[in-house]
Amino acid sequence: MTELDCRGMPCPRPVIELAKLFPSIAPGEVVAVASDDPAARYDIPAWCRMRGQDYLGEEPAADGVPRYLVRKGPTDEAASPP
Amino acid sequence: MGDDGYPGGYLDSASSEPLHPAARETLLAALDQGYADPRRLHPAARDARLLLDNAREATAEALGVRRDEVSFTSSGTEAVHRGLLGLLLGKHEAHRHLLYTEVEHSAVLHAARWFEERLGGTATPVPVDPAGRVRLEPMPHGGVLAVQSANHEVGTLQPIGELGPFVDDDTLLFVDACASMGRVPLGADWGAVAGSAHKWGGPAGVGVLLVRHGVRWRSPFPADDRVDHRASGFENVPAALAAAAALQAVVAERDEVNARQHALVDRIRAAVALIPDTEVVGDPVDRLPHLVTFSFLYVDGEAIVDALARRGFGVASGSACTASTLEPSHVLAAMGALTHGNVRVSLTRDTTEAEVDAFLAVLPQVVAGIRGDAGL
Repeated sequence: MTELDCRGMPCPRPVIELAKLFPSIAPGEVVAVASDDPAARYDIPAWCRMRGQDYLGEEPAADGVPRYLVRKGPTDEAASPP
Repeated sequence: MGDDGYPGGYLDSASSEPLHPAARETLLAALDQGYADPRRLHPAARDARLLLDNAREATAEALGVRRDEVSFTSSGTEAVHRGLLGLLLGKHEAHRHLLYTEVEHSAVLHAARWFEERLGGTATPVPVDPAGRVRLEPMPHGGVLAVQSANHEVGTLQPIGELGPFVDDDTLLFVDACASMGRVPLGADWGAVAGSAHKWGGPAGVGVLLVRHGVRWRSPFPADDRVDHRASGFENVPAALAAAAALQAVVAERDEVNARQHALVDRIRAAVALIPDTEVVGDPVDRLPHLVTFSFLYVDGEAIVDALARRGFGVASGSACTASTLEPSHVLAAMGALTHGNVRVSLTRDTTEAEVDAFLAVLPQVVAGIRGDAGL
């Protein structure tokens, strides 16, 4: 699992960082995005829906900040940034 | 800006529609005649009273309701608070439970919280589908269900006429019609209704509260000894009359205006959908004629509102970075829609095709520019 620390970043930075990271992620691999931005709770699942990735849900990190879990789909294409 | 020198446009009528010419004319005439206290018995007071009665009569006629069902408040928000809380207090204590859809205006959400904290009531949100439409499934027992006629951010019309089988027989509907009043006919199913004049081209500072004849309503706030027991404070007679004149005009024009606006919004929806990584939100057909919302991935809401403003276009946004709090729009969140990079476009009755085309010509470059700045 790859950790992406977006603590302190306002929206839409966590989604931008996720999109930039994704080309380096192998299909089937899971990325955990740690974000304390309230919009991330809605925008990371929305990004997954729009970009054809699997949103697995959220779980708290040790410091209580939510980690949003995203699994890369089977193809690279859908995940490449625009 | 277009080649013809068109100065670009105000595309935020859902926040406030420019004053309708009928309202301006009436307001100017009424300012000199409607200043007195309509409760007094001298000639100037009788003039004011006559204007206030005319405003009520015209509003009732435009909405197809009874005169004694119409009250004027000082805003749409006040009409929401009085209407919703007054219906709840009119219920027996055991039935004072409020249901409200998750996409109601914040005026309803604040009233719901106040009802719980100050009046000891209970309130339960009712979920919506991805288009923002209330889910037609059996609802918990509730004394009052707050359901807007149409959503103020995404334009989706609520299926109010279809709710019957899913709510208790004795449930009263509170309908927030602030986004739709005048533009869309009022349905038959309501215990109370709220409207807001500046959303249809009347002056600000006038709300309309309808309470169904025969429905029990109790004022949630201190009483006043004015003309109308459902309202308080000195009546703004000229503004109420101007609001009524605008409402009549909007109702008279709506077939033509709605058809034109609906087609222009269709054009916007189609053009925006061609921009990559974009979500056009709300029901494409069953919607307000003049309003559309969309969100762009990787775009900062404040940045796009600013960039469009620099090009002469005034739009609204439900993104968190444009709000006073860090919370994104609760409407977009409840729908499961993308909340950042959000733009709401709403047309005035005078918005032209050229203006819409000028907006659509700059939008893709603005989006690409902001994404480029973000490194995408």
